[in-house]
Amino acid sequence: MTLVNEPVDKSVIRKKYCRFKKSGIKYIDYKNPDFLLKLVNEQGKILPRRLTGTSLKFQRKVAVAIKRARHLALMPYVADGLK
Amino acid sequence: MCNFALQFLKQHYILMELRNYETVFILTPVLSEQQTKDAVEKFKKILTDNNAEIINEEAWGIRKLAYPIQNKQTGYYYIVEFKAEGTLVAKLELEYKRDEKVIRFLTTVLDKHAVSYNERKQKGLVGKKPVAAEAKAE
Repeated sequence: MTLVNEPVDKSVIRKKYCRFKKSGIKYIDYKNPDFLLKLVNEQGKILPRRLTGTSLKFQRKVAVAIKRARHLALMPYVADGLK
Repeated sequence: MCNFALQFLKQHYILMELRNYETVFILTPVLSEQQTKDAVEKFKKILTDNNAEIINEEAWGIRKLAYPIQNKQTGYYYIVEFKAEGTLVAKLELEYKRDEKVIRFLTTVLDKHAVSYNERKQKGLVGKKPVAAEAKAE
């Protein structure tokens, strides 16, 4: 039996987009942990741009906001099973 | 080059621009209601005594911390948005450090987007489509 990669269905591939650019969000509030929770993995680590599609400009702001939220104990530095 | 930079700094020091700041502090949960009130009043007095204009304030009250600080699981959150000279921030933070009732604090500068965001938040427009909010304002 030969191993063959499954063909990729081109119609299913969706292009990633920056959610902040798309919805016109200009300021990321560090006091809103519920929103910031979308941008971290279940260990509380900041998700990379290659996964979220966030533009560089906003990724920097996201990182600052999350770090501020962690300092104020609104988000954990380390967690297990956040989601 | 160096001279120019010095001149620039001097000019800006004299004409110190007022900027918008936001400060959050967390008080220990072990205080009585009166003690909490007194502590909040103390920090607000520091701001008003130094010609700061308090724009907005918000008391979140006792809230669960994401991780323990000084073996405390909860804390009393208080947020003040104000407009003042930059030199005030150092004074305020020194007072935070001296006060053992404060277990955590953060002071940040607000840029123009943050200021407009906070204005909209005060009016309860955050979370709605900005296009709809602008259309209403016009």
